[in-house]
Amino acid sequence: MENRERILNVENLTTRFYTEEGVVHAVEEMSYQMDKGDTLGVVGESGCGKSVHALSIMGLIPSPPGKIEAGKVVFFGQDLLSLNENEMRKIRGNEIAMIFQDPMTSLNPVLTVGFQIMEAIKLHQNMGNKQARDRAAELLSLVGIPEAKQRLDDYPHHFSGGMRQRAMIAMALSCNPTILIADEPTTSLDVTIQAQIIDLVNNLKEKLGMSVIWITHDLGVIARMVNRVNVMYAGRIIEKGSVNEVFDTPKNPYTVGLLGSLPNPEATSKRRLYSIAGEPPDLIGKIQGCPFANRCTFVIDRCLQEMPPLEKLNENHEVACWESEKVEKF
Amino acid sequence: MKNVRKLLTTPISLIGIILILVYLVIAILAPVLAPYEDYDDRFDIPRDGFRAEPQPPSWMTDEDLSPGDEDWHWLGTTEGQYDIYYGLVWGTRTAFKAGLIVTFSTVVIGLLIGTIASYYGGAVDEVLMRIVEVFMAFPYLLAALTIATVLQPKLGKGIVTPMIALIAFGWTSYARLIRGDILSVKEREYVLAARVSGATDMRIVTRHILPNAIFPTLVIASMDIGTYVLAFATLSFLGVGVQVGYADWGQIINFARNWIPVLDKYWFIIVFPGVTISLYVLGWNLLGDAVRDIMDPRLRKPR
Repeated sequence: MENRERILNVENLTTRFYTEEGVVHAVEEMSYQMDKGDTLGVVGESGCGKSVHALSIMGLIPSPPGKIEAGKVVFFGQDLLSLNENEMRKIRGNEIAMIFQDPMTSLNPVLTVGFQIMEAIKLHQNMGNKQARDRAAELLSLVGIPEAKQRLDDYPHHFSGGMRQRAMIAMALSCNPTILIADEPTTSLDVTIQAQIIDLVNNLKEKLGMSVIWITHDLGVIARMVNRVNVMYAGRIIEKGSVNEVFDTPKNPYTVGLLGSLPNPEATSKRRLYSIAGEPPDLIGKIQGCPFANRCTFVIDRCLQEMPPLEKLNENHEVACWESEKVEKF
Repeated sequence: MKNVRKLLTTPISLIGIILILVYLVIAILAPVLAPYEDYDDRFDIPRDGFRAEPQPPSWMTDEDLSPGDEDWHWLGTTEGQYDIYYGLVWGTRTAFKAGLIVTFSTVVIGLLIGTIASYYGGAVDEVLMRIVEVFMAFPYLLAALTIATVLQPKLGKGIVTPMIALIAFGWTSYARLIRGDILSVKEREYVLAARVSGATDMRIVTRHILPNAIFPTLVIASMDIGTYVLAFATLSFLGVGVQVGYADWGQIINFARNWIPVLDKYWFIIVFPGVTISLYVLGWNLLGDAVRDIMDPRLRKPR
């Protein structure tokens, strides 16, 4: 553990959106670290700030209305948030790459797949057309697309959904990024293709020595591929640690609820699927106390007054909950 | 190449292409089709006297004339004895010049303003769009007329003055159109993906956004080429365009104005130029659709 290299250190990241309805507290005081070779899962329900956190790291928060209020994103000792647009452009696609949720819309319909893969290569590496083309073909076959050379001249609508996601991954890998941010890349794919994409990313990660941030609301995916996990709720990390610790002994009622809502294929009774009662809070305006308090079965007075800080339970497990010692998986 | 072949085998686009090609050939061969007597004023339509009453096409009369005679008029003469045939042939050159230059300039200006406004948004967008609205507040022809009137003493009569007038107020609709299309395209994920891969603003706009947003503008523009010929004619008619007798389709139609109650007798003064303009506009419309079919890869079939 000691010789692992720290590549990303997110400290106190806070991102807000100033809209006409009010201030949206999208990401609040988010802190975590990532070592080389880590696969970090970020879980949480829709609108909890997972994607906004990824865009904050990339410096792509649309501004206005968005604004990164505070925090640092230290990547190899350099604070990404202090870089100007030109310096940041050299990081994007080159050092940190990203793939998106919907492969149907994240490829440009009027450009060939080859052109789009070659784009990042030509932007970041001094390669001529010929070389870039060879590299693009190599990448396409790396992500498992047959007859890669011929398919470079195809347009995205000639590809199926799974193939497009593979092409997106090829684009993201084009400059051997240190970190790959995958923003729910399997959500819009059917289950067999999902499994293939997950395996593909896992294999490539080993092969190329990347670190991966995998953003999802699918706990099955998390269990299958990550070693560390951040559980987010209402813009905050409410539990984090190694995936085994967090999934086996969850200490935040929300994490417990999430795990409890998974269908159990071995259950014999015709029990209804469990779901957490209530709705996630509106992120407009500041929330007093713990944002989960109104849905929580362990709630005490203190929860309504103060947000619990992340507390270290052990080396691999941190949780933000006043009543964590009482919380148990069911 | 396959797409080009497809265009040539689709009747609709083929008609458009043929029409425009025919006009192009007429424009190029004008000196052969309608020889001029005086090179310096070759756009001046020759007159056969000064009588007001239009003369029917020579082949319809009993007069003892043969093609090639000085008094022979293929399509008759209009009010003031201007030769319709000569005017239509040389007017083709005027139509191409006026239509293409005005359309090209307005599209370029509109694209520039609309793109900057929509891509940067916020205050830039507000300011530019308010300017567009100021320009749009004036009725198009009235505004063009005013500009042409102001410019005419400086630039003189000719085709430059009305073209500048049409350009000055013609770009606004393109600016709005392209702005709307870019606003919808720039939020798509592939634009974000391009930004994530480190592309510059310029590259994102020219490579990723414009190619996805420009087609409606191009189609409208190709249809407008014909419309500008009409607007051009209107300015000539009002006396701030080209001088009287200049080979310009609209001008020939305007000569028919006094004969509206008796058009059944003098049908040729309106039918020939009318058909000429209609087919020209139709040709550009069909060609506009065809151009989109060639250029828009989304309409391409897989190999």
